[in-house]
Amino acid sequence: MTIENLVLSIAMAIAAGLVGCFAVMRRMALAADALSHVALPGIGVALALHINPIFGAAAMLFFGGLMVWALEGKARVAPEALIGVLFSVALAVGSMMTSGEELIDALFGGAGALSWPEILFGLVASLAVIGFIVTQRNRLVVMLVSPDVARTAGIDVRRLNLIYMQMFALTIALGLRFLGVLLMGALIIIPAATAKRLAGNLTGMLSAAVIVAVVATVGGSWLATSLHRETGPLIVTVAAGCFLLSFLRR
Amino acid sequence: MDKALEVDRLSVRFGKVQVLKDLSFSVAKGTSLAVIGPNGAGKTVLFQSLIGSIPSEGTIRWAPGVKIGYVPQKLDLERDVPITGDDFLRARRSLMHGSEADTPRILELVGISKEVSESSIGTLSGGQFQRLLVAFALLGNPSVLMLDEPTAGVDEPGQKQLNELIRHLQKERGFTVLFISHELSVVYEYAANVLCLGHGHTCFGPPRKILTPDLLAEIYGTRVDYHVHDH
Repeated sequence: MTIENLVLSIAMAIAAGLVGCFAVMRRMALAADALSHVALPGIGVALALHINPIFGAAAMLFFGGLMVWALEGKARVAPEALIGVLFSVALAVGSMMTSGEELIDALFGGAGALSWPEILFGLVASLAVIGFIVTQRNRLVVMLVSPDVARTAGIDVRRLNLIYMQMFALTIALGLRFLGVLLMGALIIIPAATAKRLAGNLTGMLSAAVIVAVVATVGGSWLATSLHRETGPLIVTVAAGCFLLSFLRR
Repeated sequence: MDKALEVDRLSVRFGKVQVLKDLSFSVAKGTSLAVIGPNGAGKTVLFQSLIGSIPSEGTIRWAPGVKIGYVPQKLDLERDVPITGDDFLRARRSLMHGSEADTPRILELVGISKEVSESSIGTLSGGQFQRLLVAFALLGNPSVLMLDEPTAGVDEPGQKQLNELIRHLQKERGFTVLFISHELSVVYEYAANVLCLGHGHTCFGPPRKILTPDLLAEIYGTRVDYHVHDH
């Protein structure tokens, strides 16, 4: 693993751990998993146009995040059902547009050599996500407890929700290179779910989620290199191991 | 007298269901308005429309510069959410760039111990959580306090304590109070005006005029008794 890969994967893991905490507490773990599937058609279009797949994926995820945001709070439709239908369709369409090794890389991740635009995008996006959670954590906490209380405390709930969804989508885009469309949702959810079991307060949860995500990413990548296996499945396996270990605590 | 809130022909509709229709009332600054009515009459919907969380028709006019402290009904939170009372109150302080100095006094006022404030909010009892929400609202130094059944889930002595506390603070700080309640004796005792929402009926006026057996029977669809405390 090159130094650029290592730095980028750690930055991505920190972002995933932080953003995942609020996803788990907001009970949107399944939506998170489904949202990552939206990236696939974007990857297909980008490959057809001979541009870096990460940018195609990021564009599609942006629309996916916008869609989840627009569906939230619409009482007349069941968001889970719509998310399930739309994102499964995205997976089907994406699978038709990509094939062979490219499809396997898109689904499960394939690190390979990173281009400079990719590294730059990854670092800037990771910093944006980390900065957002660190500076907005208090607003996110109040909104989580009660959107109505948040509103009267001067928080623009709808706007904050939209930015959170976009940061969430950006985090998925960040991890696609390492974990792929099918597994990136797991790196957002499993460390946060583990941290939720271990922590007694918010700072504890955020810190624990970051540690688990970084350990899973670095440990999984090292195992993948040592065992000559794909990176994504091993990252998720290490994260799942941490989750199982958390049951020993209480 | 200056008005804290003026509402004119407020209507709220969810699809084909008309929840509120042409509701008009006003609240003078520093006074208390009680909202009463049977379940499903639209009391919480009224509060949500007043704070702008659901769309409505008509006019809602708050006094300029008003700061609202809102205490909703018990929320549906997961028990294992690792957010403590302290996390929640710290979030409030940071939003208003306030100091920590006020917090211990307010926690003591609402009757929350250090042990409770360090617990996860998902594990708090209904009454403890309600007190925490009141503390959260008070930390914002509100000019209007809106309480949606503030004593629901609170034990009997706690109810009295919480009601007394709100009255005491209202006198001390001069804020306006809007509260939803099913305790008609409390409404009689504390409210300057009562807004009643019944199925198809609305009325507004001082408690002596509104809390009559006939009017209550009309609003609730059945005879309602309540006890007025002697002083």
